[in-house]
Amino acid sequence: MGQKLLLKNIDVPGIRYFKTYFENGGYANAAKALKMTTDEILEEVKTSGLRGRGGAGFPTGMKWSFLAKPEGVPRHLVVNADESEPGTFKDRFLMEYIPHLLLEGILISSYCLGSNTSFIYIRGEYAWVAEILEEAIAEAKEAGWLGQNIQGSGYDLEIVVQRGGGAYICGEETALLESLEGKRGNPRLKPPFPAVKGLWGRPTVVNNVETISAVVPIIEIGGQAYSERGVGRSTGTKLISACGNINKPGVYEIDFDLSVEEFIFSEEYCGGIANGKRLKACIPGGSSVPIVPATLLLTTSDGSPRLMNYESLSEGGFQTGTMLGSGGFIVLDEDQDIVYHTYTLARFYRHESCGQCSPCREGTGWMEKILKRIHEGQGKMSDIDLLWDVQRKIEGNTICPLGDAAAWPVAAAIRHFRDEFEWHIDNPECLVRNYGLANYGKPREIIQTTN
Amino acid sequence: MAEETPLFKVTIDDQTVEVPAGTTILQAARMLGKEIAPPAMCYYEKLENTGGNCRTCLVEVSKGSEADPRPMPKLVPSCRTTVMDGMVVGNKTSEKVVEARKGIVEMLLINHPLDCPVCDQAGECKLQDLSYEHGAEATRYEFDRRTFPKEDLGPNIELNMNRCILCYRCVKTADQITGCREHGVMNRGDHAEISTHIHKALDNEFIGNIIDVCPVGALTDKTFRFKNRVWFLKPVDAHRDCPTCSGKAQIWFRGNEVFRVTARKNQWNEVEDWICNTCRFDKKDINDWTLEKPAEVSKTSVIRQGHYTANKIQPEETFPKVVKRDPKILLDIHNVSEVNEPDRDISKIHGPATSNDYKD
Repeated sequence: MGQKLLLKNIDVPGIRYFKTYFENGGYANAAKALKMTTDEILEEVKTSGLRGRGGAGFPTGMKWSFLAKPEGVPRHLVVNADESEPGTFKDRFLMEYIPHLLLEGILISSYCLGSNTSFIYIRGEYAWVAEILEEAIAEAKEAGWLGQNIQGSGYDLEIVVQRGGGAYICGEETALLESLEGKRGNPRLKPPFPAVKGLWGRPTVVNNVETISAVVPIIEIGGQAYSERGVGRSTGTKLISACGNINKPGVYEIDFDLSVEEFIFSEEYCGGIANGKRLKACIPGGSSVPIVPATLLLTTSDGSPRLMNYESLSEGGFQTGTMLGSGGFIVLDEDQDIVYHTYTLARFYRHESCGQCSPCREGTGWMEKILKRIHEGQGKMSDIDLLWDVQRKIEGNTICPLGDAAAWPVAAAIRHFRDEFEWHIDNPECLVRNYGLANYGKPREIIQTTN
Repeated sequence: MAEETPLFKVTIDDQTVEVPAGTTILQAARMLGKEIAPPAMCYYEKLENTGGNCRTCLVEVSKGSEADPRPMPKLVPSCRTTVMDGMVVGNKTSEKVVEARKGIVEMLLINHPLDCPVCDQAGECKLQDLSYEHGAEATRYEFDRRTFPKEDLGPNIELNMNRCILCYRCVKTADQITGCREHGVMNRGDHAEISTHIHKALDNEFIGNIIDVCPVGALTDKTFRFKNRVWFLKPVDAHRDCPTCSGKAQIWFRGNEVFRVTARKNQWNEVEDWICNTCRFDKKDINDWTLEKPAEVSKTSVIRQGHYTANKIQPEETFPKVVKRDPKILLDIHNVSEVNEPDRDISKIHGPATSNDYKD
């Protein structure tokens, strides 16, 4: 494993504060960038091959190059810190422990994009993180790294922290912009894309916290060196927030050539499955990506180890693969009940659907009700096919990806764990709820209790 | 000299049309005619920024353009997708579209009761048409529907939220033509509902237009509710000298009584001129209006069914056409039988006709 890029100073005491951050080389890359031309910075970002770390994985340099540059019209950078995907908490970690890394990244990116007012749209529930950011902005401004004529470069930048209202949909870039404009957080239809018509109709780039933070090491080591770290089109490093039934939940910076097996079982990362249980399944990219069973998780279809990168995790499509997504790595052990788990996710997406388009508004609620019925022991065998059909009617037919995010977990759960759904319908008492065991392969009399 | 807009050739359901750049697929399809045009429950040409919500107008683009012939990966909303030169679109000929539309109709009907016999929108309901054309004969939804109490939005408008399909048309109408934010969508997901803030009355002079834009029976005219069924009425284009609006309206007669006044609509059921509340709710006397001509009603519309006297077209005699001669024995039911009495004008009968109405 190579040197860490984002978290290299994370263990330095007091790195949250400007003084310590600056003493450890902070803002040196911003100073370097301010001496470069904006085209040079853009070229470095393009060369780096950095892909958006929010989940979609779109090449950042390409996204920046789409930004319209009409004369006399302000442009904006908006940092998406509305981290609301269940299982994903890497951005919170970055902002909480090393906020100046993000601010330095915003400074470099805003300078490159020609934005003089940039925004951090942060999840409302991250109230204390917003305070940390505001404190860091005040420190940076006092030291002359924000505000008017930054370090005598002639460049001005203000950063505004805007707290969201706590809606998951506001993490979708156009809903985020609507919310930032003070409106109901409903996604906009694309095109026009934000790069052409974004915040208040101005050209806007929306990037994730981790993506913008990664611009700092790109300037530090150069786009070429950054692109050499990684595998194929997965360049650089990635933060993974690991949780679930593992011994060492937390945020890890990984290289893209790390195998899934090593990530789960090595002491350096997750430390294996908690309580000596067996691995049952995993959702590697936040709750919206398809769940994969252990049998397909560790190896690809040709038998080689599956790696923690965009291409390897998606190998085989949704039949055998999944997605890296935002890197919210949720591990499920053998005791976990897939039906209950899927019901929980469906409940979340039903609750968070904005209700703007019909398939998502009505379909997410329908799926939740069917799953609830199965979970509560009232299910019918035909419910499984009905669920499959409903998710199919949602996927791809909605305004924004929330519909897909709601449909994929259900589709994957049925695809890989249909027998468990059938078992659950045949055996109305949920074992997890009643006994803490999802031992669905065994006859019921073996696990009867004396009450 | 003004720059000419280039024309793009687009093929929809195997029919090709040339349209100016910037035209949407839906607009292009409408140029080809009703048979080709996708349904639209939320798009409204008269209003800005509508469409994309209901997803009933999804189409399949099997060829993006001449320059980039790749198909689009997902179905696209035709109301918000502009055409490209050489684009090939599948609407009713696309299995994917038909399947998706069937699913969307099923979803729309989850929380919309099919209570057409008691709904005031029956006969004019776009969802009713859509469900006949694309829906299934039964629903697979077995759970309780959401229910809401009826809500008065001022003295003349009633909101029946149970029937609302959240197309956002009324919200955008209120935003755009009344000049103030009158009402909106509260809550989210399947809890979303149209309402005013703390049951505030909508009293803007143009607010009545939200009734006309509602594709279903969620917003109804309290001066007309349950007074009559539309197929018993005759729509007539009329105008009056109104200081507030254009005064161009459609008045709905039964005998000499004006039962309701609405804005005039085009063949896509979209309002041509917004009318004010005074014209709509208060001018219910025939002397208030200058009559122009009978309104044009689609021949497939149920509204036409009651206009027996206006229907001058005689049924075609198929016998001579097929056997090349007149029949030897012909029972002319129209003249011989007493079943239909051509002199009876049903529209002059107060209430549904009964056998007593035929007794002199």
